[in-house]
Amino acid sequence: MTAQPTPREPSGDVLLDVRDLHTHFNVGGGVLSGGGDVVRAVDGVTFDVRRGEIFGLVGESGSGKTTLGRTILGLAPATSGSIRYGDHDLATLDEKRFRPLRRRLSMIFQDPNASLNPAMTIAQGVGHPLRIHGITSDRAATRAKVAEMLERCGLAPAERFLDQYPEDLSGGQKQRVVIARALVTEPDLVVADEPVAALDMSIRAKVLELMMDLKDELGLTYLYITHDLSSGKFVCDRMAIMYLGQMVEWGDAEGIYDDPQHPYTRALLDAIPLPDPSRKGRDRQLPRGEIPDAVEPPAGCRFHPRCPAAFEPCGWEGRDLVDAIEERWTSVGEDVFERELALVGDLQKAAVGRDEIRFPAADAGALRSWLEDVGPQLPAAVASGIDTVEEDGSDVVVRFRWGPEPGQQDVAGRRVACHLHGVVVRPDGDHVGTPPADRVS
Amino acid sequence: MSASTAPAPGPRGSGAAAPVLEVRDLSVAYGTPAGSLHAVDRISFDLYPGESLGVVGESGCGKSSMGRGLLQLMPPGGDIGGSVKLAGEELIGVDAARLRRARGEDLALVFQEPMTRLDPLMRVSEHFVEAIRAHRPDVSKDDAEHMGREALAQMGIPPTRARNYPHEFSGGMRQRIMIALGIVLKPKVIVADEPTTALDVIVEAQILDLLDRLRSDENVGLILITHNLGTVAETCDRVAVMYAGRIVETGSVAQVFDDPKHPYTQGLLRSVISIDTTELSSIEGSPPDLVSPPRGCRFTPRCPERFDACPTVDPVLAETNPGQHAACLLYPGADAGSPRTVVPPERAAAQPHQGETR
Amino acid sequence: MAAPSSGSLRSYILGRLAFAPVFLFLLLTMLFILLRVAPGDPVAAALGDRVSAEQLDIRREAAGLNDPLLVQYGRYLGNVVQGDLGTPITDPRSVTQIVADLFPATFELTMFAMIVAVLVGIIVGALGARHRDGLFDVGGRLFGILIYAAPVFWLGILAQLLFANRWGLFPTGNRVSARITFDDPTGFYLLDGILTGNSQLFWNALEHLVLPGMTLGLVISGVFIRMVRVNMLQTLRSDYVEAAMARGIPERKVVFRHAFRNALVPVVTIMGLQFALLLGGAILTETTFSWPGLGQALVEYINTRDYAAVQGIVTFFAILVVAVSLLIDIINGLVDPRVRY
Repeated sequence: MTAQPTPREPSGDVLLDVRDLHTHFNVGGGVLSGGGDVVRAVDGVTFDVRRGEIFGLVGESGSGKTTLGRTILGLAPATSGSIRYGDHDLATLDEKRFRPLRRRLSMIFQDPNASLNPAMTIAQGVGHPLRIHGITSDRAATRAKVAEMLERCGLAPAERFLDQYPEDLSGGQKQRVVIARALVTEPDLVVADEPVAALDMSIRAKVLELMMDLKDELGLTYLYITHDLSSGKFVCDRMAIMYLGQMVEWGDAEGIYDDPQHPYTRALLDAIPLPDPSRKGRDRQLPRGEIPDAVEPPAGCRFHPRCPAAFEPCGWEGRDLVDAIEERWTSVGEDVFERELALVGDLQKAAVGRDEIRFPAADAGALRSWLEDVGPQLPAAVASGIDTVEEDGSDVVVRFRWGPEPGQQDVAGRRVACHLHGVVVRPDGDHVGTPPADRVS
Repeated sequence: MSASTAPAPGPRGSGAAAPVLEVRDLSVAYGTPAGSLHAVDRISFDLYPGESLGVVGESGCGKSSMGRGLLQLMPPGGDIGGSVKLAGEELIGVDAARLRRARGEDLALVFQEPMTRLDPLMRVSEHFVEAIRAHRPDVSKDDAEHMGREALAQMGIPPTRARNYPHEFSGGMRQRIMIALGIVLKPKVIVADEPTTALDVIVEAQILDLLDRLRSDENVGLILITHNLGTVAETCDRVAVMYAGRIVETGSVAQVFDDPKHPYTQGLLRSVISIDTTELSSIEGSPPDLVSPPRGCRFTPRCPERFDACPTVDPVLAETNPGQHAACLLYPGADAGSPRTVVPPERAAAQPHQGETR
Repeated sequence: MAAPSSGSLRSYILGRLAFAPVFLFLLLTMLFILLRVAPGDPVAAALGDRVSAEQLDIRREAAGLNDPLLVQYGRYLGNVVQGDLGTPITDPRSVTQIVADLFPATFELTMFAMIVAVLVGIIVGALGARHRDGLFDVGGRLFGILIYAAPVFWLGILAQLLFANRWGLFPTGNRVSARITFDDPTGFYLLDGILTGNSQLFWNALEHLVLPGMTLGLVISGVFIRMVRVNMLQTLRSDYVEAAMARGIPERKVVFRHAFRNALVPVVTIMGLQFALLLGGAILTETTFSWPGLGQALVEYINTRDYAAVQGIVTFFAILVVAVSLLIDIINGLVDPRVRY
């Protein structure tokens, strides 16, 4: 059994230095239907990884953590920004120049069934990187090295496994093979993407234990990608919480768990069920809704539509009003709903924009007064972001105040991006999306 | 073999109320090329109205098969045996029409992957109309749609979205729709089979809160099937731990988590990695083959406390504390199925065997 | 949680309509190139022996074959847009006229065959999937493979021998018996029979349609049998079917409303693809059954090397395929809500 390592300040030098990294994907659209949408999977990420540490990238699906890991390894194209590794900028290297670096940058994937070639024996599969990078020159040498690595990963005696196929092994054994393959070239950095998520609970511990032992033995550095905050706490030295392509809070792991500063971090920690019956029935405030589309992220702070602590500057926009009205309608009775629906009309027909939303109304005056009455009662603090509600002909136009994106601030020794700690102008003087001069409050 | 002891009632619904679900010796087997796979082997438990029972275990323990077995949803070649009584009425062996009515009206099943559980060609409201009118043909289409909108609103889905198609909803919302479909006919029991495994942790918490609110508002019995011990601890009143097709321990959540009696439960609880974890631990070995299950206690090869009688005697659930039962020969009464009495050794005896790496 | 704009059917159709002319343009260009690639002088090939060398020159000039290729290409496209499909070398009628005369026959044949193919495919495929590996299923699959592999003209001749000559159930060929007098305002005999109240025409035309239509239809049905069966097997196992059963929906309804309907969605697309195949098969079928349609005419013009007529008729076929393809896309959009995005 491995006791939790004593928390330590990363002492190593910087192995990886990521600055303002963006990875955007084009989806949909083709030659004939015009440009498609852009998914901003990683949208402005800055952090560094020190040698010898385990750095966690934690987030739910759609947070961009996997894409970030892949971008670092050159498996996804960086759109802009830099990834400094030694003398190289990984973000700008083409495949040809990247290839020799791959022996020092490895990946452990989540699903061992998908990442092991079923047609290759264990010896072939694990030995493959050695052959590709020319580390060994003949079969015997490769086999020997593979055997050594397999035994290090707990698959002993190696002879039993070398000539077997992945289907002959159990889930835990397969994942050990995946680890062996990732480490056989003696890399510097290992990106581990949910390495134990596909394994049964009672085996996860063993595999994590193995990974941590190997880190010490081989002098590795891990980028540990997961949605599971529990394992993250045990394993990571420093950690970044990601949401919709950005880092909302990052710094030393212990601090994040003891004293989370960002509402999203708090929500994640709160939501995790613990095997502790005394926690039953505790009161907790969960964020509403789910992670939105990465194609058109929410304005201002991306978490604001869901955030229980969102307030005036957080970036309220047209979409939020529509959502809030719909949410209201889930809790009023059918007659109230019918009545209000008649006032508002088909929400689909409203022109929803960032700065304003325009309702074509049968009775503009009635709609306006309803909006003004109901506004403060709406779930979410949408009303705090409303500037004006006016009639314009037969339409009713609701205008919103502009809300800036939160900048990263130093809070409690960590970097946190949240307006609760003060609305910021970034060091370079710019917000992202500078508002027109007359709108800055 | 004699029936396992029915566990005593838990804190909620104790005393006056009768169980809403009584399961005795439920067995589910599937035909496979290798032979008949006994996924569930003589399981017994009770469920009371308004109570939530967590059925927890790892992959292959039979919990999902058990869930489907309660509704007798078998794939071709599947076989089911034993007794499932809903509000006193036996459902196994009942005619097809009665069984069809029970599904949805009396018992609802919420599945694991919500993304693929709705017909892509039908609007959500049409799903409701179909489900309602399959059981109550006298309900008009408008009324059925109204009932559907109410159920959706209860689950946090706005009535304006009722006429959308399934692909227009996210995973979390589809799961809410599935739950709404499950409760619209006000069943007495909801069986939720890993309802949140495919969802993010915050959405998971939302859905579990919803299920819990449902349980208390409508006083339904809730069976929550999961592999996540944390979920069980925070959401359920009682828990049944399954291993290799059998229930190895039951009791209230407080009992089982604070004082687990069965070595598997103990190992499982130790191996959970949570925020409070300070040590890593795991259980050696892997579950047995259920096509030809071993004799005796099925956990024997992996058990740190095994002794000579374990591979020969099939333990039954024996009461270890009031309301808590464990199927382990270490406890008196577990040998009820055997002709001879088993005397367990002093507890510190057996040395763990250096088994295979897993 | 704001609702995404639910797929607008209208914008989907408009999108498809915008794409169609591009598709057609590419097709016609390819056609033009293919026909010009053939070596030799088409006018001489068509008329060589029968006409003097000077006449050939005059004809060639009149047909515009001495002009530069690009000019011919432009003229071709321009004509098509205006509905002029060209003038044959060996026939005084314009191609447009030929099409108007003969297409109704081909249309009736292909429609009948398509209906047969789809019905047989759906029934055999769906029932086979429902009772998997039963006698009907195995028999049905065998039937599907054998009939698809059978050459259509061989099958046609066999049908004639058996059903026409041997048993005298149906006529051997042609669209209608010579003894029937009728008016044909539209050229579609079945329709004409209804419109002019001539029941004799209607039944006689139908009688003549059976053998060639069934032959062609059964051959094509092989594809549909396989496709429907595979799709049905898949949908029967799908998660939403299991969930519907868990809600207590009667099994018959689940199979029909959920499994069957979803299984048919890809069939619509296949119908569009098969249509082109059907046209090709129609050519063979018409020849076998002396069916006075466009396909048979095409074969004759090919034999007489009348390239202008060939080009015109094939152009028409190309336009037809694009039009049917567009129709299928629109139907797809109506049937499957996911496609509208």
